[in-house]
Amino acid sequence: MRRRFLLLLVAAGGVAAGEPDPKRQQELRSLLKNDCGACHGLTRKGGLGPPLLPESLSGKSDAMLLQTIQEGRPGTAMPPWKPFIDADETVWLIDNLLRKR
Amino acid sequence: MLNRLLKTSILPLLIYWLLGGACFAELRGTGDLGVVIERERGSVLIIETSTRSILGRVGKLGDLSHASVVFSRDQRYAYVFARDGGLSKIDLLQNKLVRRIEQAGNSIGGAISQDGRFIAVANYQPGGVRIFTSEALELMADIPAVYGDEQRSRVVGLVDAPGRQFVYSLFDAGEIWLLDMQDPSRIEIQKFTGIGRQPYDALLTPGGRYYLAGLFGETGLALLDLWHPEAGVKRILPDYGRHDEKLPVYKMPHLEGWAVAGNLAFVPAVGRHEVLVIDTRQWRLVKSIPVAGQPVFVMARPDGRQIWVNFAFPDNQQVQVIDAEDLTVGRTLQPGKGVLHMEFTPRGEEVWISVRDDNQILVYDTRSFQEMARLPAVTPSGIFFTARAAKTGL
Repeated sequence: MRRRFLLLLVAAGGVAAGEPDPKRQQELRSLLKNDCGACHGLTRKGGLGPPLLPESLSGKSDAMLLQTIQEGRPGTAMPPWKPFIDADETVWLIDNLLRKR
Repeated sequence: MLNRLLKTSILPLLIYWLLGGACFAELRGTGDLGVVIERERGSVLIIETSTRSILGRVGKLGDLSHASVVFSRDQRYAYVFARDGGLSKIDLLQNKLVRRIEQAGNSIGGAISQDGRFIAVANYQPGGVRIFTSEALELMADIPAVYGDEQRSRVVGLVDAPGRQFVYSLFDAGEIWLLDMQDPSRIEIQKFTGIGRQPYDALLTPGGRYYLAGLFGETGLALLDLWHPEAGVKRILPDYGRHDEKLPVYKMPHLEGWAVAGNLAFVPAVGRHEVLVIDTRQWRLVKSIPVAGQPVFVMARPDGRQIWVNFAFPDNQQVQVIDAEDLTVGRTLQPGKGVLHMEFTPRGEEVWISVRDDNQILVYDTRSFQEMARLPAVTPSGIFFTARAAKTGL
């Protein structure tokens, strides 16, 4: 229910969700670098997974990115990350890390 | 008088001391050396296993996430393959970068030819293999991985094989290519198509007879007998896990650390928290051993008595040791957060383990499981010892 609400908000124009605390933000940075980076590259230039640079994601909606990160992409190697990152955190990660250099 | 004394005795002595300090005092072999990748710094540490010490650091090697290393056959030079397509040649004795080229946009690893003359690099972007002289890193051949309608495939699982050959897999095309370098001016390519969906990595059995590619896109593995390439690629373990739900994979396993004990081979399952034990005479599954997470590296101690396993996120704080005789997990170690790689000393009395988030390399005795040393390293990942120079397929 909460996630659906967030999805709506995001779709409506990217209203900032609750920010993770600084410690958690650091964990998310590290997770992006090391664990997303395991397939997408440390510098996000891509590997077996596609590049995650801002320009490569510019055509993708926030809702699509949120869905992909939370649930994974069936039929591909992309696993669901929701056991480790909740929807609020994912929204923050998209806005503050993925969309920026 | 004083002038003359200086010229005749002190000056030569001075020169001797200066030169002595620079060269003669350092006279040594390289058989107990190795390199450790520091992935975020883009540097490598040069280490010595006999004294468990760090001898130096060489930097400015580019993006070293997922970097790998091969050694010249005299074990003096390390060739570092960087993610950003960089290929660097490092002199282990002089602790310096000899040459670095940027040969592609995105690459995954490489191999050195049986005769030590050529370095082959597997590239994602542009998809294909490029071959360089090991001496000067001059481009010798460019072999695009073209398939279907002029598409380019990413290349994985590149190994050297006996008979001056290289073997590799095309992730996007589902093919295995065999490069014959017998006459380097006229490289011959043999292509095996339809070998299975998404080969993600491959390995060569010790001695170099069998090339085995793991498949991500379907069940089973693809096997090529290099003694009989005319027999084509056959599928093994085709039914393993076919009807079961796959667990998510948070880091792709590697097949580089081929693990063989007697007639048994140990490989990571994909999407299952198991190590598969395969009988290499029949290429049949003997057992699947439950382990702590998705295995990443499954590596045999050089004598084949133990199999060491590390894991993908979120289980990457531990290492498990399988007993090669009773095929069960005998030991679970907790080296620290982010265990990325393991490397045995040449005869296996110790194992070096990189622990990324703790910025440490841990050295364990493999008999007592005692921690023998801890060395500082900045986000260490791959560990490679020069003994690899004499091993086919590594």
